[in-house]
This record gives sequence, C-alpha cells and structure tokens, in this order.
Amino acid sequence: MTKTFRRKLDFKAGRVDMSHGAGGRAMAELISSIFKDAFGNELLEQGNDQASFPTPSGGRMVMTTDGYVVSPIFFPGGDIGSLAVHGTVNDLAMAGAKPLYLSASYIIEEGFPLGDLKRIADSMGAAAKAAGVMIVTGDTKVVERGKADGVFISTAGVGVVPDGINLSGDRARPGDKVIVSGSMGDHGVAIMSSRENLTFETEILSDSAALNGLVDAMVAAAGPHLRLMRDPTRGGLAATLNELAHQSGVGFRIVEDHIPIKRQVAAACELLGLDPLNVANEGKLVAVVAAEAAEGLLAAMRSHPLGAEAAIIGEAVEDDQRFVQMTTGFGGGRIVDWLAGEQLPRIC
Amino acid sequence: MKYVDEYRDGDKARDIAAAIAAEVQPDRSYAFMEFCGGHTHAISRYGIEDLLPKNVRMIHGPGCPVCVLPIGRIDDAIRLAKRPEVTLCTYADLMRVPASGGLSLMKAKAAGADIRMVYSSLDAIRIAEANPERQVVFFAIGFETTTPPTAVALKTAEAKGLKNFSIYCNHVLTPVAMRAILEMPPTPDEPPIAIEGFVGPSHVSAIIGMEPYRVFARDYHKPVVISGFEPLDVMYSILMLVRQVNEQRSEVENQYIRAVKTEGNRVAIDLCDEVFELRESFEWRGLGAVPKSALKLRDAYAFYDAEKRFTVETQPAEDNPACECGAILRGQKKPADCRLFGTVCTPETPTGACMVSSEGACAAHWTYGRFRHRETNSALRKSA
Repeated sequence: MTKTFRRKLDFKAGRVDMSHGAGGRAMAELISSIFKDAFGNELLEQGNDQASFPTPSGGRMVMTTDGYVVSPIFFPGGDIGSLAVHGTVNDLAMAGAKPLYLSASYIIEEGFPLGDLKRIADSMGAAAKAAGVMIVTGDTKVVERGKADGVFISTAGVGVVPDGINLSGDRARPGDKVIVSGSMGDHGVAIMSSRENLTFETEILSDSAALNGLVDAMVAAAGPHLRLMRDPTRGGLAATLNELAHQSGVGFRIVEDHIPIKRQVAAACELLGLDPLNVANEGKLVAVVAAEAAEGLLAAMRSHPLGAEAAIIGEAVEDDQRFVQMTTGFGGGRIVDWLAGEQLPRIC
Repeated sequence: MKYVDEYRDGDKARDIAAAIAAEVQPDRSYAFMEFCGGHTHAISRYGIEDLLPKNVRMIHGPGCPVCVLPIGRIDDAIRLAKRPEVTLCTYADLMRVPASGGLSLMKAKAAGADIRMVYSSLDAIRIAEANPERQVVFFAIGFETTTPPTAVALKTAEAKGLKNFSIYCNHVLTPVAMRAILEMPPTPDEPPIAIEGFVGPSHVSAIIGMEPYRVFARDYHKPVVISGFEPLDVMYSILMLVRQVNEQRSEVENQYIRAVKTEGNRVAIDLCDEVFELRESFEWRGLGAVPKSALKLRDAYAFYDAEKRFTVETQPAEDNPACECGAILRGQKKPADCRLFGTVCTPETPTGACMVSSEGACAAHWTYGRFRHRETNSALRKSA
C-alpha cells in the first residue's frame, strides 16, 4: 500500500505548477513563502499591486511592474500591447496616482512575424498616448524557437500621488460601501472565446482600458472619503474582495442582483461552468468608500464613460473570519471565495 | 439566459419555501439524500439551506465522479501519462486530485508528463488526429451522463481509423451505488443514516429514464423525485418529497419533465450497450468494492482499451486515515465533521477528492457554505 498524505511546499523536489500562477491562494502562498521571504521590506509588505513611497524631494510616488503573457496575442477588443499599457496604468491609478512613465521589455520568440511585432508596438504606443503616459525606456530580448510563445511583454510604471490622497488595500472599515465601475467578466470571456480549443461565438469584447481618467473624477468627487481602489484582474471580483478583506481585516457583504454582468458573459460562463465573479477584468475597478460619500462618488463615476454602469454592490462589515458573503438572487446566502487552482492560464 | 433565469427566480423560490414550511409536520424531521454532486453544488451555491425549514435535512450523496474514483485509478492514470509515448487527456476536475506519493496529475504535468485538459471526449479525438506520433489516452470518468460521449468518441475513432487513440474507462453506475448506500451496514463509529427519500439525478436520468429507480420505491419504500439541476428544480423536488413522506407514498416522480422521459434515451442506451459491459466489481472511494457497479469496454473494442494496450494493473492505495471522504460520500458524516476540513484540507491543499471537485461535498461547503459554521471554524483555527 502506498501513502497519499499531503505534503507541505517541498523546496527539494516540488515544482511550480499552473495553480501557482492563477491568482488564487496557491499563488499567494508562493509569493509569501518565496518572494516575500527573499525581498522582505515594509513597502512590499503593503501588499498592494503597487508600492507607494515618499520621494526625497517631497511628495509621494508609486511604482509598479507587470508581465504580459496573454494568449492569444490579439483578442477581441485589444492585444498584448494595449493590454500592457492599460494594466500598468491601472495598477498606478488604483493608488490614486497620476501615471507618468512606463518601461517596456519585449521577450520575443525566434520566428515571430515582424508585422505582428510592429502591430503590437503601434498599439502599445497608441494606448500610452491615449492614457497620457510615455514609454520612456525598454529592452529587447530574442529567445530560440520554443523557448517562449510568440512574445511576452514586461513593464514597469511610475506615477505621482496628489497631496492628501492615501489609498491602500488595508483601509476598508465596517460600514464602507463597495462600488464596481461596470460589468464583470468581459475580458476573461473575450479571451476564452478566441481560444482555439474553446470555439464559441460571442460579441463580447475585452474591457481593456486605462482607468486613470475615471480615477481622476473619483478622487475629485470623494477625496479623502475614498478608502481604496483595486482592479479585479486575474481571479476576478471574488479574488479582489477576498484580498481586500484580508488586508483590511473586515468582511464584505454583497448582493448578487446588484452586480452588473452582461447577459452574454453570464451565458458564456454558464456554458463553460465558470462563475463570472472569478473571471478577469482589465478595464474595471472596485472602490471602497465611506458610506456618506458613496452616492456622490457613484454619480461621478456614472458621468464618466468608463463608469456608466457603476453600481454599489454591498458593504464592508465586521468579521473576524474575513468572509465575503453574498445574498444570492435566489434568496439564500453563500460565500464568494477565491477560486482554487487554475481557471484559465494566460489571461493577461 | 432566459431559459435558465426562470429557474433561478428569487420570488418563486420564496413561494416554494413557504409551501415547504407550511407542509412539513413540525413534530418530525425529514432527511433526503441528493445523490448528485450537481445538486450538492446547486444547494450550496444558491444557499438553498437558508430557504428550508430546520427540520428538513439534506444529506450529500456519492454522485461526484471525481470523488468516488479511488486513488489507485488516479495512480494508474499518472503512470500512463508518464510513459514517454502517451498524451493523457482528462477533464480539468481530475487534475488536482491527490494521488499516492504526494502526486497529482497537475504535479505530474509540471514534472514533464504530457497531460492535456479537455472539455469533451471529442477534443481527445482531435488531439489524436493532430498528433499521429503520440498515443492519446482519454481518461474517461463519470456516471451514465458522460458514458455515451465516451462511446461516441470510440465510434468516431473507429470510423476515422485512428490507431493512436484509447480509452481508460472508469465509468460507473448510479442505481447500483444508490442500492449500496441503502444496503450499507452501520458500523460502530458511524451512525446508520436514515434516508427517507432521494432527490434523483437529472442528467443521468435523461439517459437511463425512470425505470431503474422503481426498485427503491417498491422494495425499499424510498420516494425518488428526479430533479433538474437548477435551484428551483431542487426546491420543488424537495416539496414533492415532503408530500410523498407526509402521504406515506413511495413513488418515482419526475420533476425534470423538460429533459427526462420515462424510457430515457434509447439511442444512447443502445450505443452504450454495444460498446460497454459490466465489470465484475469496481472499487469506489467510500463504498469499497461494489459488484457490477462499473463499465469496461467489450472485447470487440479491446483495441481501444488503454488498460489492455498498456497493461494497467491497478494497485490498491490507502486513503489518509484522518480523511472522512468515505463517510461523507456515504452520507454518514458532514464535511464539517472531518477534523481535516479547513485545517490541512482546503481546495488548494486537498487531502481527499471531496475537496477537489466542484461537485464534491467538502469543496461545495468550503467554497459557499462555511460561514454557517463560524464556531467550528474558530475552533478549527485555534487547534490548527
């Protein structure tokens, strides 16, 4: 008889598997027990998608970095180039920062069509221009055929934070309202619909977009009442709310019927057995705001094109177990959990 | 989505909940088993427990194909996948099931085995066609619902003359497992379960029809209501079960008339009869060896049988003795009764298969329902 008992993270013989990149607990565990151990410092400990720090000459800056491995490279509503700009700009903007400068490193597989590379770079340039940021430095590497998959892009970004703005994932307090800027799950479904082994027809486009303009309007409307923002990318709304619950030490209660989800997205998820709350977004944000400023913020968001479908979906509550609980449209209650394992690799 | 939204309507749910509350007799309790993992999932995901009176208890059954597959069969699949010439095609649910030696299909894949996740048996055929130099093995699991697609894949491979395709067959049978549950002798440390009726399978019944359940109504006096997978289906089926119990009836009733016909799907049944035959016995996690409870390929199709092509000989493998998957699959314990639940065993670090599959009772309870046991959770966290 062989034993099957569970073993702990095994640094001698263990290997990275796909769940370690899926945005769920396995990835959180990997980051915590390898990278935080190795790099540990108080800025990293903030646990946000960007680090915020004072500059020697006064004021605050934020810095972020991101890797893009999306497959396919061109997808309905965007491509890896525009996605790289939007994702990086959004990570900066979620700190309330004004994004300024980006870097772009390209890792290109031997044999990649030059025309495609130009198309990606042009798209990346156009996205940067539209978002009001400059790509000011870069790097180019080519690896042998089979050692990458077409092209991977890695970025960094910096921005400056206006005075008086202090947003961080640990600032949600019981009673605060939770707002999403629009419909959930569009990006993930758009990517899935273009995967060759998952052929289904849908008109859903990725929501990939730079949110810094929307964030400017939000900061102007809610100012210091705004506690935090985060873009629900990999792992979707469910993963984001769980991260925030743990960072802030609160629970969340949300209402399923208040969460905007496009019918086509809901239908595609139904077909694929997915929960739209676990599906990635690339042009949406979650904001937590003091209750008294929630309606004003919502109105400001709705008057911006990227927040037209914004909705208050619930609130933060006291909960020592940090549960994200949802009243289902059916009338019962349930937890909204991180997704275990891999839903769909290379979504961004 | 309209076709499914109407089966998830909150107002209708409250109406049915009120009917159940009005009709249950307050001085007695009701215990029904939902056999299928699909029902377990729906009950947890939509919070149906919140809509039922306290004296109506749902017992989760063994109808989760991933959960009942014993470790030895996963070990076999990993051994197959490690062969240099083999590409193993599997449904995604199986990837993270713990196997012997701390392995899983996902870890075997990370270590270099060629394992592909597929959404249908025909994806495996496409992979076999596209890779003629590879031996493509389809890891076939499931109850009567997924058996016909496996048969179709086999017939497709035959029609295309595919020589590099084979099937590792693990298909199992629902009515035999229901009978095994009812026949189970109580053990000293596990209380007997008093199942008063079954929420019967939906998709399985669309294939096999209503006849195979008559024995439970007639010989065991257990009502069976075949139910759809949508939450309103489940609620209404529970109401129908309450009525049968109150009226001391035991009948096979069909709530899922939009999909299930009395006679089932004759074409699918005949196709499966042509391709498969009963195994003498098959090992189930939780139920042990159950005679005539699973299918294998008939000799006429031996060419496509991965167990023969690669001489697979299943080795028995031991479950973690602290893992309560077995008792949970038998309906004797609830997920929160297991001392591993939520401590060492979570969906990321599963000890048993019930924590892996979305249809597994432990995964469903962890993912959707664990807020109902705050005190247990706190105690668990303190002791962990």
